[in-house]
Amino acid sequence: MSTVTYRDAIVRGMADALAADDDVFFLGEDVGAAGGAFKLSEGLLEQFGPRRVLDTPISEQAIIGTAIGAATQGLRPLAEIMFADFAGVCFDQIANELAKYRYMTGGQISVPVTIRMANGAGTGFAAQHSQPAENWFLNVPGLKIAVPATPADAYGLLRAAIADPDPVLVFEHKGLFNVKGELADAPAPVELGRAEVVRAGEHVTVVATQQMRHRAVQAADLLQAEDVALEVIDPRCLVPFDVETVLGSLERTNRLVVVQEGGLPGSWGASLVASVLQTHFEMLDAPPRLVGSPETPVPYAGALEAAWLPSVEDIAQAARETIAY
Amino acid sequence: MTTTNPITTDELPVDERLELLRTMWQIRFFEDECHRLFAQGLVRGSTHLGQGQEAVSVGVCSALEPGDTMTCTYRGHAATLAKGAPLDEAFGEILGKARGLCGGKGGSMHLTDVRVGALGSFAIIGGHLPISVGAAFAARYRETSEVSVCFFGDGTTNIGAFHEALNLASIWSLPVLFVCENNLYGEYSPLASTTPVEVLADRADSYAMAKARVDGNDVLAVRTATLEATRRARAGEGPTLIEALTYRQKGHSRSDPGKYRPEGELEAWIERDPNTLLEAALAGAGVDAERLAGLKRDAERDVLAALERAQSWPDPDPASLMEGVYA
Repeated sequence: MSTVTYRDAIVRGMADALAADDDVFFLGEDVGAAGGAFKLSEGLLEQFGPRRVLDTPISEQAIIGTAIGAATQGLRPLAEIMFADFAGVCFDQIANELAKYRYMTGGQISVPVTIRMANGAGTGFAAQHSQPAENWFLNVPGLKIAVPATPADAYGLLRAAIADPDPVLVFEHKGLFNVKGELADAPAPVELGRAEVVRAGEHVTVVATQQMRHRAVQAADLLQAEDVALEVIDPRCLVPFDVETVLGSLERTNRLVVVQEGGLPGSWGASLVASVLQTHFEMLDAPPRLVGSPETPVPYAGALEAAWLPSVEDIAQAARETIAY
Repeated sequence: MTTTNPITTDELPVDERLELLRTMWQIRFFEDECHRLFAQGLVRGSTHLGQGQEAVSVGVCSALEPGDTMTCTYRGHAATLAKGAPLDEAFGEILGKARGLCGGKGGSMHLTDVRVGALGSFAIIGGHLPISVGAAFAARYRETSEVSVCFFGDGTTNIGAFHEALNLASIWSLPVLFVCENNLYGEYSPLASTTPVEVLADRADSYAMAKARVDGNDVLAVRTATLEATRRARAGEGPTLIEALTYRQKGHSRSDPGKYRPEGELEAWIERDPNTLLEAALAGAGVDAERLAGLKRDAERDVLAALERAQSWPDPDPASLMEGVYA
């Protein structure tokens, strides 16, 4: 066991996957010689050579299409889209080609493609480099979506994604690259679709991902002083979504707060709230709360971006309101 | 650049040329039957037929080796059949039958048969070009001698994925053939109204890529150009853009009567119908008329028998709806 950063865990996850299976190769913009725009692939070109670690032109459609085509031939491509916002450039390749390929061919084709993308707001990159883009892909059946928040999950979900027979989008949060955590000496993959109960509590279930998971834990610390115990759950994957763990918690707390970075319409948080209301309405003692961002693009100025992101206090206040109801 | 008229004579033995003609007639009758089935309401959505373009698919695919892969467009019946997909399962898919190529999940626009290297028909313009680049990448990665081919139309040369795919294939010198079926119309729009260059093969120059321009109604010319491109690809000399000049004798899709065509254009192209051109060339090479007529009759009989089989198959079980989204 050692303490590593989220960034270190990603580098190690890729290195271990490349070392474990010659069918894995890695392609993206500036991932090789430059070691990645965020230094997430430092040393990989030197270690694995240009056959397996490939710098591409700035051509997101070609990157993803090449990964898809290689996957049809049995390879396990790992592609990087430098910023998740750039998924907009290759949306067709992801949503129309990659996601639908198996289904529309009647199961003839497997496309085990993993796409890593730097996601999310809070680091001052402004509107076109900060969008939490995971919700764009929620209603595209055929994709799996992982959203790691810790070094161990960044490593374990990436390894599971690369080994998975289906396409997996792995959103790596830019605001977490320097977050530290424990990583085992021989870390295991983290099963896709398995939530983690980050913190046990009896009063309110708080479901949060990525940066918001860490803020939810801070909110739990804050509310301890008010004798309120939050149970914080990190789903870790949006597809498949481990609703069972959330329901297991709600059986005890009967109160739900969902926290996400980004606007509410068409989001995983809205889907979770709708699902719980439809099937387990009687389990709730208070209306569920969905905490998210205002419906604007991500702003640049520090004061504006801070206002855009749900705060620790926003989360704590939502929890208090479910109790006061 | 090769342009030929009349049809090229080739070293290919007569018997093999007859097999090309058989496949071309099968595709023609297959498309004619699809046209009829659509009119009867037995084909859902839309269907995009390729009568008049048979020589491109058949010429290219006849030059490929087992293991080579192919992707094509929603106008992909001909290419999928030319690559070797069975007639009955192709009909079955278009009719939405359980035993269709894709179990009824894909339909006319997504015919796929992995068994013969037909990796799929794609209905987003340009979307499959990068995918064929990836198949070629896999061949190079594994050091096999396989090549990949993608078919697309003239309209595709104006979309971004085309340019990204050609650029990457060239910079990595991948074994891929880009085959542009220039049928003069992007959907309903004549090429000149959408495209500032007349010779689409010249777009290869931007990517320092080899190019060829052939008479797409001359199956042997197409085959010869493809053999040269595959030779280069297998030798590690990189991709080729082949422009095949041809003509779609029907509208863009079933709902298009083709009223935008100048008077006399269709008739002129029908004069140069690829199937009858090859037939005439074979007659000129000494094949007797009865043998040619018999081959055509056999092709029609095979198509009708395949259709009859496909029509007898059951619809998919609604329980199969959820199968195949994930592994």
